[in-house]
Amino acid sequence: MSLTRQDVEKIAHLARLSITEQEMPAYVTSLSSIVDFVNELSRVETGSVEPMAHPLDGQRQRLRPDVVSESDQHVKYQRNAPSVHAGLYVVPRVIE
Amino acid sequence: MLHNLSIGELAERLASGQVSSVELTRHYLARIERLNPSLNAIITLTAEHALERAQSADRRLAAGERGRLLGIPLIHKDIFCTDGVRTSCGSRILDNFIAPYDATVVARLKAAGAVMLGKANMDEFAMGSSNETSYYGPVKNPWDPTKVPGGSSGGSAAALAARLAPFCTGTDTGGSIRQPAALTGVTGIKPTYGRVSRYGMVAFASSLDQAGVFARTAADAAAVLEVMAGFDPKDSTSVDAPVPDYPALLNAPLKGLRIGLLREFFDGLEERNAALIREALKVYMSLGADTVEVSLPYLPLSVPTYYVVAPAECSSNLSRFDGVRFGYRCSEPKDLTDLYQRSRGEGFGAEVKRRIMTGTYVLSAGYYDAYYLKAQKVRRLINDDFRAAFEKADLLIGPTTPTPAFAIGAKIDDPVTMYLNDIYTIGANLAGLPGLSTPCGFVDGLPMGLQLIGPHFSEARLLGAAHQFQRATAWHTHAPGGYE
Repeated sequence: MSLTRQDVEKIAHLARLSITEQEMPAYVTSLSSIVDFVNELSRVETGSVEPMAHPLDGQRQRLRPDVVSESDQHVKYQRNAPSVHAGLYVVPRVIE
Repeated sequence: MLHNLSIGELAERLASGQVSSVELTRHYLARIERLNPSLNAIITLTAEHALERAQSADRRLAAGERGRLLGIPLIHKDIFCTDGVRTSCGSRILDNFIAPYDATVVARLKAAGAVMLGKANMDEFAMGSSNETSYYGPVKNPWDPTKVPGGSSGGSAAALAARLAPFCTGTDTGGSIRQPAALTGVTGIKPTYGRVSRYGMVAFASSLDQAGVFARTAADAAAVLEVMAGFDPKDSTSVDAPVPDYPALLNAPLKGLRIGLLREFFDGLEERNAALIREALKVYMSLGADTVEVSLPYLPLSVPTYYVVAPAECSSNLSRFDGVRFGYRCSEPKDLTDLYQRSRGEGFGAEVKRRIMTGTYVLSAGYYDAYYLKAQKVRRLINDDFRAAFEKADLLIGPTTPTPAFAIGAKIDDPVTMYLNDIYTIGANLAGLPGLSTPCGFVDGLPMGLQLIGPHFSEARLLGAAHQFQRATAWHTHAPGGYE
């Protein structure tokens, strides 16, 4: 196994994912097999190769004028929220 | 029967008044009601909306307006936001999500007068190659209900093969249009990255995602892509380039076209699959094309490269699902961290969680250089391989998939085996190239696909090459038994 249970617990915490006790062994196994699989890349000589983040070379990210282009639709958007009060999203108490 | 007519034939009948859009819409809605329960290809039916849109199309037709898609029904993959209609992305976490706006793809098709019948099942967040990771259950392949239809756009592909709509939309991040198109015997095109707007398309891997079309013929796909494609200021990677009139270019002569045979695609390819590709090649030779052998030595690394890049981008994109602003929230969270962790843990399925964790790992301190940066460098090498190949060839040809449709349940417990299904399709996504799959024969009674890959913005060439292949062959006309 290239990943331990502790590794997977740490990753799950970083990703804010609850993983149950029963699920954990399967994730340790499958994530290890994925990491082993992608480790094949380590054998490739890539010395001075420029990393490629975008498939179309030379394309520049556009900027639009900094002007308001949307109207206030918070009522419509908040219809999808699990909990709203007075136009605000409600979450468990953060500050005691 | 109406459902075996092409989009062009349907448009003629709509124009001449032989059939109305409402009649056509009712015909397809009735087929969906009868045939979908055993396929599970469509997860949201929008019958009322469809009939309203069809009436509107009929009014436009009666007023003398004409358009290639005016009054033509379609099914959208449930990854596209549809104003006022549930957009689940195949996930529990979005099971209750009503999109507050239309994706640009949806808006463009709506403006052209196309009529949405419903929304298609898909692998959860488009992560899968079999449509088995959907929260709404697997989709059955109309050719054999014990087999998968491919994925992630499996619902779109199965719906089209079963003649539940004249065309469907899909998205392709690593093969999610071409692979299911091949496994269900239909035509599927993934355009160049940036050709079709990603605005309103739920994001999986932003440097790879691209929207495209499922249709029964390349000519139909050309008519749809012409409407879908084009610059959109709302997508920062949308390319501002004119859209060719694809349907008008379908018969551009193939004489002298240099078809590249990718050596790496034929290494280890099963003989019956290879024989179909050789037969297809003979068709192209008879149409005047030339062949040239090309090699992309880094191409075999495309799957491991993809399974670093795509999960990394997914882990970032899916961080927006927090149980606060929209989507599923766990019950009785004890604090904010618990709310995040359980909403995500309970809302996402196993494969999505696996990919988020893979992405989190390859981006984490101490591993970023070894995995993510390394994969971006190998991505460059693969891209340069394609660039060199296109100096010798005008388009590349090969299989779409290593095998025909496999059994439901056969690969779902072994992620790496599942990932290897996309071995022939992923390269085009990494390099942002357009790719197309067209039916080219059968193995064990199941359809197989021929894949064409071209340089950036060569969609017209791919569609023309596929159209002329389809005029010379009949593979694309076969319908699965019971769906004729």
